[in-house]
Amino acid sequence: MEPQKAGLIDRTTGIQAEDVHAWFDRLHALRGISMTIPERKVTAIIGPSGCGKSTFLRCLNRMHELVPGARVAGRILLGEEEIYGNGVDPVVIRRRVGMVFQKANPFPTMSIFDNAAAGLHLAGERNRRTLETVVEQSLRAAVLWDEVKDRLQKPGTSLSGGQQQRLCIARALAVSPEVLLMDEPASALDPASTLRIEELARDLAKDITIVIVTHNMQQAARVSELTGFFLDGELIEFGPTNELFTRPGDRRTEDYITGRFG
Amino acid sequence: MDRRYQVRRATNALMAAVTFGCTLLVLTPLVVILAFLARTGLSALNGDFFTQLPGAAGEPGGGMANAIAGTLILVALAAGIGIPIGVLGGTYLSEFASTRVSRTARFTADVMNGIPSIVMGLFAYVLIVLPMRHFSALAGGVALGVMLIPTVMRTTEEIVRLVPQSVREAALALGIPQWKTMLRVVLPTAAAGIVTGIMVGVARVAGETAPLLFTAFGNRFWNRDLLQPIAALPIQIFAYAISPFDDWHRQAWAGALVLVTLVLLVNIMARYAAGRQVKLR
Amino acid sequence: MTRQSYERELQQLRDDVVRMGGQAGEAIHRSVEALRERDVAAAERIIAEDDAIDALHMSLEARCMRLLATQQPMARDLRTIAAVFAITIDLERMADHAEGISRAVKRLGAEPPVKPLIDIPKMEALLQEMIRETLDAFRAQDADRAREVAKKDDMVDELRNRLLHELLDLMIRNPGIVPRALELLIVARHLERAADHLTNVCERIVFMVTGDLRELNV
Repeated sequence: MEPQKAGLIDRTTGIQAEDVHAWFDRLHALRGISMTIPERKVTAIIGPSGCGKSTFLRCLNRMHELVPGARVAGRILLGEEEIYGNGVDPVVIRRRVGMVFQKANPFPTMSIFDNAAAGLHLAGERNRRTLETVVEQSLRAAVLWDEVKDRLQKPGTSLSGGQQQRLCIARALAVSPEVLLMDEPASALDPASTLRIEELARDLAKDITIVIVTHNMQQAARVSELTGFFLDGELIEFGPTNELFTRPGDRRTEDYITGRFG
Repeated sequence: MDRRYQVRRATNALMAAVTFGCTLLVLTPLVVILAFLARTGLSALNGDFFTQLPGAAGEPGGGMANAIAGTLILVALAAGIGIPIGVLGGTYLSEFASTRVSRTARFTADVMNGIPSIVMGLFAYVLIVLPMRHFSALAGGVALGVMLIPTVMRTTEEIVRLVPQSVREAALALGIPQWKTMLRVVLPTAAAGIVTGIMVGVARVAGETAPLLFTAFGNRFWNRDLLQPIAALPIQIFAYAISPFDDWHRQAWAGALVLVTLVLLVNIMARYAAGRQVKLR
Repeated sequence: MTRQSYERELQQLRDDVVRMGGQAGEAIHRSVEALRERDVAAAERIIAEDDAIDALHMSLEARCMRLLATQQPMARDLRTIAAVFAITIDLERMADHAEGISRAVKRLGAEPPVKPLIDIPKMEALLQEMIRETLDAFRAQDADRAREVAKKDDMVDELRNRLLHELLDLMIRNPGIVPRALELLIVARHLERAADHLTNVCERIVFMVTGDLRELNV
């Protein structure tokens, strides 16, 4: 394990969801989700389109409520702390729970360096040395450093798709989150880049809890230690990945993963 | 078969020629105006024109230095009013697109864009000139500024709205508060586009004459006091054009040439700024 | 049904396993018949027909590989394909044992039998029962039935042991019959090994249905 990566992530924790409901106005998108996401493992969430998996992910870092008319009920514990508790600042939660999105979204006006440093810089960090150290650490952790170390001032958008996504991962890691959420991070990438992202996720899980939403079952099977199957806003089954994919307990899970529907 | 194909080819060629011709027609007025201005105005463009005050009535010589300076001052005032209000207002419109306030503001801005500029001048007249009991640069600046607001506001709204949601989400997911996301991430991304909108608006108000007639009013001398009437190119051109003096007529042409060149330059800069805008789609 | 051609292929796989099991069972039945009748010509035919069964085994294996590579099967489908893979090997071995019995028949030729055939036909009948029930369990995806079949393997072993003791007795008293007696023992051993292979098939059926892979009859 690279010592630099360990320095970036000083602690990680698991997430506990208890009877979580979520709405978009009247639409009841999540119905009573309860699951325990253990620390330092990759947990995958699979399910057909519209099943609520991305919605659930966005509840974990309080991004769901940014949509007008959106509502969340239930308890979500980040470690010991209830993230929807009274007086809890969502901005702080989003700092502690990072997110990488489906389509890589580096800031278009910023260089590679500025992108990686954005989280810290915009939060007020001005010390040049600190920024340089963190940028290098995060780019190394995202396995991107060697490819970009000689062109850190080039625009973030000048990289290839897979590189941009790794830059986004570096950017998320640079603020030292405790959990990293990945919303279909490789679905817009070619197979080789996809495998690199998967390997990166597995590697990062040694230090930081990862939750990955994917519609690609083989990816979930390759990457995760635990898998949850969502259907119509409900958690149908949750368990060790190997079990879920070789002998699932619920008929619906079986039908989904064998391609009988969805 | 062959005959139909030939007819089709001929029709294609004909339509291409017609549309091309119409495009040329669009260019014609501008080219003609510029040529005409150049022919009649260049002769009066000399050092004096840019440095001298207007001469006494009937006397040859003199320049429009104060009018040029005045136009620049008025544009600066207008920008000082129009840009902050326009940009911030446009930002609000893009973020809170469907509130009643937004819809009203949007409608109002569109109406204001269509109001004759002389009415804007009247507004400034009532608001500033009457209470002060005299004309002033301030009044002219306000008139132009109020004209600038809707243009800047709408273009800002359009371009900020085009900034993809993914950029905002990326910043928010990093734990950056919403106001800071807007200020340090979204607006900079839209910056070049906003500047383009501003420049286009400025180019338009720089040449407005009617609203200045009874706000800035014009001045034969230098003016450093914003609370006093001030000279401006459009007013000066108007005054010279309706005068009986040939020399002044030539200077009016020169003034028009300078004004058009100014507008042209600003538009070119706007183009340049637009080219620097980060592709948002 | 979203994956029609895939479903059809899986069904074809299952049907072919049953077919292959039937063919192996047939071969064993006819080889013991040939022993009873001392029909060397029949034995020759059985040996020649083993090639067809081998070809079926190859075809099944190849199709399993292709399904694994192209269809990303999961859960029950995955277990089915993995089970079929292993089952065809065991069925092919069973057919080889029928071939082995036929070779023994050839070697015995027209020589007089050393004793009336009692145990060997009994073993064969038991084996045919087991084959039928195994294929039924496979078709019906019935793990319990598969487990039951495996228990009969003990009875086959019993019968073989009895024959062994009997023949040993005879051989001690009359060394001249040793070559023929040994051939009988070889036949019995083939039948016993065939039953063992069938037990393996039952283990795979249980795995296919439940996901549990363990030895039956330890």
